[in-house]
Amino acid sequence: MLATIPVLVIVAVLVFLLLRITPGDPAAILAGDAASTEQIEGIRKTLGLDQPLPVQFGIWALQMVQGDLGESYYYKVRVTELIAQRIEATFSLALVTIVVAVLISVPLGVIAAWRFGGWFDRFLMGFSVFGFSVPVFIVGYLLVWLVSLKLGWLPVQGYKRIDAGLWPWIQHLVLPAITLSVIYIALIARVTRASVLEALGEDYIRTARAKGLPESRVLIKHALANAAVPIVTVIGIGIALLIGGVVVTESVYAIPGLGRLTVDAVLARDFPTIQGLILFFSLIYVGVNLLVDLSYVVFDPRIRY
Amino acid sequence: MSDADTPVLEVRNLTVALPQDGDRRNAVSGVSFTVKRGEIVCLVGESGSGKSVIAQAIMGLLPKTLPVASGEVLLEGEDVTKVPTERLRQLRCASMSMIFQEPMTALNPVMTCGEQIDEVLREHTALSPAERRAKTIDIFTEVALPDPERIVGSYPHQLSGGQRQRIMIAMALVLEPALLIADEPTTALDVTTQAQILELVRDLQRRHGMGVLFITHDFGVVADIAHRVAVLRLGTLVEMGDKNTVLKNPQHEYTIMLIGAVPTLKPHGRAVPADAPLVLETRQLAKTYSDRGWFSRRGEVHAADDVTLEIRRGQTLGIVGESGSGKSTVARCIVRLIDPTRGEIRIHGEDIARKPMRALREVRRKVQIVFQDPYRSLNPRRTVGEAIIEGPLNYGLPRAEALERARKLMELVRMDPAVLERYPHQFSGGQRQRICIARALAMEPELLVADEAVSALDVSVQAQVLALLEEIRERFNLAMLFITHDLRVAAQVCDRVAVMSKGKVVEYGEANEVFLRPSHEYTKALFAAAPGRDFVFGAG
Repeated sequence: MLATIPVLVIVAVLVFLLLRITPGDPAAILAGDAASTEQIEGIRKTLGLDQPLPVQFGIWALQMVQGDLGESYYYKVRVTELIAQRIEATFSLALVTIVVAVLISVPLGVIAAWRFGGWFDRFLMGFSVFGFSVPVFIVGYLLVWLVSLKLGWLPVQGYKRIDAGLWPWIQHLVLPAITLSVIYIALIARVTRASVLEALGEDYIRTARAKGLPESRVLIKHALANAAVPIVTVIGIGIALLIGGVVVTESVYAIPGLGRLTVDAVLARDFPTIQGLILFFSLIYVGVNLLVDLSYVVFDPRIRY
Repeated sequence: MSDADTPVLEVRNLTVALPQDGDRRNAVSGVSFTVKRGEIVCLVGESGSGKSVIAQAIMGLLPKTLPVASGEVLLEGEDVTKVPTERLRQLRCASMSMIFQEPMTALNPVMTCGEQIDEVLREHTALSPAERRAKTIDIFTEVALPDPERIVGSYPHQLSGGQRQRIMIAMALVLEPALLIADEPTTALDVTTQAQILELVRDLQRRHGMGVLFITHDFGVVADIAHRVAVLRLGTLVEMGDKNTVLKNPQHEYTIMLIGAVPTLKPHGRAVPADAPLVLETRQLAKTYSDRGWFSRRGEVHAADDVTLEIRRGQTLGIVGESGSGKSTVARCIVRLIDPTRGEIRIHGEDIARKPMRALREVRRKVQIVFQDPYRSLNPRRTVGEAIIEGPLNYGLPRAEALERARKLMELVRMDPAVLERYPHQFSGGQRQRICIARALAMEPELLVADEAVSALDVSVQAQVLALLEEIRERFNLAMLFITHDLRVAAQVCDRVAVMSKGKVVEYGEANEVFLRPSHEYTKALFAAAPGRDFVFGAG
């Protein structure tokens, strides 16, 4: 649990250094094409980029431990405020995606394991290869073309905040969520299938059948309950990857979330914003992993920390 | 349907097919027998005899690859091989119940014991939650579980093996079925626990007047519990009759062979050379495990404590004990697979207890071990020839000579040297254990440690491997350390015996003394619990 702190420190140092060794000068970009060398120099001074690297890092680190991620060069507002503005869209998308993925993939995986080797199992295995190999943007554009342009059922792109009403919020999230969930459905369904299949071979399944339980109860209460730990692990990894993966989807669907913010910040060489976002992503990553570890205790009483 | 005269179970001409590539046409062919109300019928056979297949056929639990080809299984007059799935589900647990061999794995590990009984009641009765709980506690009390109120909320891993088997029995009997099928229910248990569970089954059977089909490979258990006995061999019933008739006057040659192979409880009484040089001495050997959790410190476990033993050349020392007694810990310390916490291990007078791993090279050659499970102790991806010569090659023997040695050893363990090219999965359990012995001998050891080396084998194979080990000990004048939980096996091979309990040696002496005049309470309890102790088996 205390391991989270060194992880965050290492991320902070790496991000800071990487940004400064990659080409691209934020001062030059801010000043525009027509600016003179003196103007650029002036901007560099105001931003504090003329200081030696250790001093720059020291200032940033000191702000950071006080919970301040600095001010964006480009938007001229606090980075924490920027993240706060964009977080709802990203979290809505991630949440709907993972809920859709789990609701679809877990039952699919269980049925495939139950009918191991049958047509359904083979279909699911085929689908998961498809899900793994088709790039997100292809699925995205295909869905937009079919559902929004041809059939006109859903809006093409954009985002409506949840306080504008549940229905518009959902309407705008359905397509991006399905797009994003394809790969997670493939991943979680495969892990569920393998894990349930293993559990079905155990002695306690034979016991459950010998007790005269209906097959549905054998599958859910006995097989799935024992298969939960690997499934929860992969769902956790899924959530963490999703937060990072929204960069592409938010671009395709023009959703003003953290993914779009990241792309814009990188293009503008907006150092404080990039640093802040990456630190924030890694914090979520570490946090989700911690929650997954702690959840094992609930799913398997034999695990104790 | 059922009246007093209808047998609880009648199996008529049951044939269960094997898949095309099986080693015989049918897993079970043309088996017929009955179990009457209030009767315990023992189905005896070695592994592969089809006894578990019969049990599963009755319960309708056979996998799809093993279909019932013909015959009838009448449960109180109703043919369960032909009823619809839904009817079969209703019959399970209510009219026929089954308990299994492995209490460690037969219970769902993520469900409390109470819940596992509760779902049976919820499925088969219309009782209210409070009534179900009361019934669960009643049945836990009846199977003599301590503190039933607490065990209702316990998970299986918090209970001992014996307690888990009691939970299984409670689950099987909570609806008072007419038939109980017990598939080797005590095989995985310690001998004292086994005696208690057998007593419990007999007691419950009498009280409820059930018919019991008891499956076992152990004639000691048969002698203790059966009314009638059916002997199975390769899927056919070779002999069936009253217990005393079958055990004392077996007719079929296979039954005669099986009963003859059961080792007696009488020690062999061979003269032991008392002045032969000492090969192994341990002094106050101890192994302590300290178990520390992340947030809690959970005390220490003394797996072995103050163990002082010696073995001379040409002698076999047996360490006898139940699971958790520390017998395997001692064996593993002596071979230095684990590091002892305290004490000395002297091989030819040289203390190796604290030698660093690098310095153990010469000792490793002198001390070899054969493990319990021949299925898992050979690398499945190497030929048996490679497995045997790996050690000698590692000690510098040229390949040609090592192979020559392997061929000689294969002959010694009565196997064809031509099979050195084959892989372990192509052999039976007994053959694999012979290969393991040949592998150990290839190192030309002075001390051979056999850690439950015959425990996983069928009784007829066990007798052969024991004879082989005895022959080898005599021929090479080896010192042998024989770890076993089986008193009968110990009586056959050991010159001296150490009885271990809870990490300590409680009795240590000549086999004759220990077996014929045990002095410690624990040793006496062990002998009292040995199944079939009043029955004289085998040659003795």
